[in-house]
Amino acid sequence: MNASLLWRAMLGASLCTALAACSNGSSPTATTPTEAAAPQASTPQAATITGAGSTFVYPLVSKWSDDYYKATGHKINYQSIGSGGGIAQIKAGTVDFGASDKPLPPEELAQSGLAQFPVTIGGVVPVVNLDGIGAGQLRLTGPVMADIYLGKIVRWNDPAIAALNPGVALPSGKINVVHRSDGSGTTFNFVNYLSKVSPAWKAAVGEGTSVNWPTGVGGKGNEGVAAYVKQIKGSIGYVELAYATENAMAWTAMQNAAGQWVQPSSASFAAAAASADWASARDFNLVITNAPGVEAWPIAASVFVMMPRQPKNPERARNVLDFLKWSLEHGRPQADALHYVPLPDALVRQIEAYWTSEIKA
Amino acid sequence: MNAITDAQLLARARADARTDQRFRMLVTAAGLFVLVSLVAVAASMVWGGREAFRKFGLGFLWTDRWDAVQQQFGALVPIYGTLVTALIAMLIAVPVSFGIAFFLTEIAPKWLRSPVGAGIELLAGIPSIIYGMWGLFVLVPILGEHVFPWVDAHLGQLPGIGMLFSGPPLGLGMGTAGLVLAIMVIPFISSVMREVFLTVPGQLKESAYALGSTRWEVVWDVVLPYTRSAVIGGIFLGLGRALGETMAVTFVLGNAHSLTVSLLEPGNSIAATIANEFTEADSEMYRSSLIALGFVLFVVTFIVLSIARLMLRRLNKREGN
Repeated sequence: MNASLLWRAMLGASLCTALAACSNGSSPTATTPTEAAAPQASTPQAATITGAGSTFVYPLVSKWSDDYYKATGHKINYQSIGSGGGIAQIKAGTVDFGASDKPLPPEELAQSGLAQFPVTIGGVVPVVNLDGIGAGQLRLTGPVMADIYLGKIVRWNDPAIAALNPGVALPSGKINVVHRSDGSGTTFNFVNYLSKVSPAWKAAVGEGTSVNWPTGVGGKGNEGVAAYVKQIKGSIGYVELAYATENAMAWTAMQNAAGQWVQPSSASFAAAAASADWASARDFNLVITNAPGVEAWPIAASVFVMMPRQPKNPERARNVLDFLKWSLEHGRPQADALHYVPLPDALVRQIEAYWTSEIKA
Repeated sequence: MNAITDAQLLARARADARTDQRFRMLVTAAGLFVLVSLVAVAASMVWGGREAFRKFGLGFLWTDRWDAVQQQFGALVPIYGTLVTALIAMLIAVPVSFGIAFFLTEIAPKWLRSPVGAGIELLAGIPSIIYGMWGLFVLVPILGEHVFPWVDAHLGQLPGIGMLFSGPPLGLGMGTAGLVLAIMVIPFISSVMREVFLTVPGQLKESAYALGSTRWEVVWDVVLPYTRSAVIGGIFLGLGRALGETMAVTFVLGNAHSLTVSLLEPGNSIAATIANEFTEADSEMYRSSLIALGFVLFVVTFIVLSIARLMLRRLNKREGN
């Protein structure tokens, strides 16, 4: 385990340099050992806490940390090394909290002594590049989407698509499928949805942060997929909502589990979060795709934070909880501005109760 | 008086010998450093990839399945993509670089030579991600809209080689990646060629001209044989870069784990796969397979360069050098 962590750190550090993605120019393992070695050095007046993980949530966490620092003087150091990296780091105890786009099952959490809860909601949006078809005009269902990504539906004027879109002039060209080439939480939520609605997809491909795509080209990151879809005529891809709106891309309407046609928006993402059955999900282990609500967007996604149930240094854990409490209660305008969806009130209360009962801080 | 001088000389000689010894150790250490790091890199990649090697064995090299959900990994698609894109790059870059060096040393007017030479060296310093972005935002739309449809319609129908050139006109794919790689390695190869062409003694060239040779004959029959090993060294340098290039390829290759003969279809390369997937490789076997892939790239590069070196040696032997 230690050897493999070292590996991850070394290669991670070199990748960071190559991708110029690490904001501070220092690898996560370069900073954390020093902080772990001298935890007493952090005074209650100006605590520094460290987190690592999901790249999806990075813009929001860095905005929250900035405002939290201005309000309280406490510093948050969050490294967006990817969900997989975040899980590995929190399991190894080198950071105070980890963030992941994919929840861990309660058994795995218990094994590592971790607690888990959601902090924000986002959504995955299918986008197309078709002449004369604007945002929200094309309608697709989950099973049709699965057949497109399986390579079973290969032309835009296929009867299955035409039946959903009476009155829309569909071109006869080939469908060029675009997916993510890197492992990602976006992919996880997208294929998790396809697995829920299409038995064929579940059997042939399954779900994960990266899968064996039957067809199509892979773009790196949301920006890579957005760039490919914009440049390839007759293409379809999937991105976070913010990328679709900022690039003025033509997203599709989707049919949700209640049979309603919905457009992607903060409101439909929030409806998905509100209608999901959080109360009976142990450790919030729930993927909110295909949520039952009438107005729910079918491919909504939540970001989870993981932290130890019995922290070695309770004071640091308390600082993390203080920060997250502040963020969940006072960080809503920032979330809205960055196209994330704040958690519904009931869920926030449930999370705070969970903190009290599960985390010995 | 003499005795003192002798003693001084002796002391001086001893000091010199010590300094010599130290210097020898220093440069030996520098030489060993390369070897030690090479062995250390190889060994740690084998160690990191041990689980993948244990599970998949040699089959790792010729299995084309890359499935993180089922935990089945095979390196055939990335190996094939790496070799094909590097081959396309060399097919384009070597003749063009030769032309650039020829022009700059024999044909271009004197005042033009150093600015153009400096410009080429500047190209070598551009970060690869810039080439990748240029490839994606400028080259891909041009190829996708104007070039690939024509290639598909005309070359794609030819018997035999047609399958290389038929496919959807995405603008992305192995051909595009090879083209971008060629542009990236041309500065390396052509600046080495230009430098070594300049080292050819004037008498040799003047003698050839005096015998009535054309410029082409002078360069092809006199300059090139004289500088052959350095020219091939420059080509190796470019080839090494083409095999290991990551970011530029990732942008334009299409990153699809599918084995395809067509240069118009998306593929994958070893370096691009590692760069794309390492951050979110969420299982031991997945991570291990990516590190094993790194070791495969190491071995592939080693084999390709060894073959090139062997060819050079046989060439030398045949000419009796």
